[in-house]
Amino acid sequence: MEPAGGVVIVGAGQAGYQTAESLRQEGYAAPITLIGAEPHAPYQRPPLSKAYLLGETDRHRLKFRAEHYYADHAIDLRVSTEATAIDRERRRVVLADGTNLPYAHLVLATGARPRSLPVPGAELEGVFALKTLDDTDRIDRRLGSAESVVVVGAGFIGLELAAVARKLGKVVTVLEAAPRVMGRVVTPELSDFFARVHRDQGVEIVTGAQVEAFLGEAGAVCAVACADGARHEADLVVVGIGVTPEVALAEGCGLPCDDGILVNAQGRTADPRVFAAGDCTRYDHPFAGKPIRLESVQNAADQGRCVAAAIAGRARLYDTVPWFWSDQYDLKLQMVGLQEGCDETVLRGDMADRKFSLFHFRAGALRAVDSVNRPADHIQGRKLLAAGISPTAEQAADAGFKLKDLLG
Amino acid sequence: MPKVTYIEHGGKEHHVELPAGWTLMQGATLNGIDGIDGECGGSCGCATCHVYVDEAFLDKVEPQSETEDEMLDCAVSPREPNSRLSCQIKATPAIDGIVVRLPEAQS
Repeated sequence: MEPAGGVVIVGAGQAGYQTAESLRQEGYAAPITLIGAEPHAPYQRPPLSKAYLLGETDRHRLKFRAEHYYADHAIDLRVSTEATAIDRERRRVVLADGTNLPYAHLVLATGARPRSLPVPGAELEGVFALKTLDDTDRIDRRLGSAESVVVVGAGFIGLELAAVARKLGKVVTVLEAAPRVMGRVVTPELSDFFARVHRDQGVEIVTGAQVEAFLGEAGAVCAVACADGARHEADLVVVGIGVTPEVALAEGCGLPCDDGILVNAQGRTADPRVFAAGDCTRYDHPFAGKPIRLESVQNAADQGRCVAAAIAGRARLYDTVPWFWSDQYDLKLQMVGLQEGCDETVLRGDMADRKFSLFHFRAGALRAVDSVNRPADHIQGRKLLAAGISPTAEQAADAGFKLKDLLG
Repeated sequence: MPKVTYIEHGGKEHHVELPAGWTLMQGATLNGIDGIDGECGGSCGCATCHVYVDEAFLDKVEPQSETEDEMLDCAVSPREPNSRLSCQIKATPAIDGIVVRLPEAQS
């Protein structure tokens, strides 16, 4: 007989929400409890650093579902609720208020937390990370009156924030420790393209920057000091230098972790009753051929769906080719696949038109496609990579060649 | 508030009033209407909020962008002349009473 308790999901971000929704879609009938530390019903994070800060959408529309959805689908959503421990032997989650929640299956969707910069002044008013809705509201409140904004870290979030701040007329400086913007995720030619776009928009980009301290006046940040002696004025600082997976609960109950909770291709941890999904996981991805940790909506949603299917007794392999996107100014960057180990890149379209894709090959086989304002290339790339079908480099570079034709 | 009727592929109808400025995708996902995924959050980047717009309203909705046109070619269910991405259609007084049909699949 199935033990009592149903499914408890710890974490009400994209992965936790998706798991709950998919469980009901899979016909799972036992209780579902969805626990979130934030005071909000589950919402979409991607628009926070884009449309939400620009005022093009509002907090109500960020929600995945209206609040009555949870009651309608017998999902016990508990916001402002923190899990402090897991007792795997007795199959219970311990909450901060001492409550014990029994589970038949547990899903850890604990996400990741922004890395902070361990320099003097990091606690000053006006220095923020951007992850949650509340973070974004705090940034928004200060952004209105700010004249100069410094963004530390030129990843997706940092550059999206820089684009928003420029659109709002702020003086914007981006400080990046590495030699290139988005260097962790894109090739040098694409990095250079985006750096050029930001500079053309008036953003000052400083690479190789070593932030030494945040300087304050009356408790609020006023500048950022770098190791080379440069000082950048700032009424507002946003630090976007990556995230650390939230593995404390998993480690605390002895589940194997290695910069992420280790799961198999069904999202299962070493304990058959405990699953994990989203940014907090690391797993042996068939496409990567090695264990990887992905920080993306696609990973959170697809892994959540897979975990739900496995719990509902219809386990399937999670093998979606990873994809990502970022919106900066009028540029829609969409990426699919993994570039690691690629030895040949061809351009489709024209960079000067701001509509192009880069097709990356490894030993003659397509491995990744980065598209700027060419969404169809992105979708075809997804289909080709999923099917294991590769165009030749010549076909990919020929914008007149229909990639669709390869898919039959 | 503009009224919108969503008809699921199986025929189930949903009648919803949307605040002006909301997209039809937002109206569907927030109201828990199955059959519209919107996995990119409504940025015209995934073609999982595909709908068929009632012909009577085709000239009343905002025209589609080049990006939307390209994305519609990527939709999983067949593209028809009245295919649109619901994240690109905003609720306005002009589309009050609009009917959209949902395709068989989005992904």
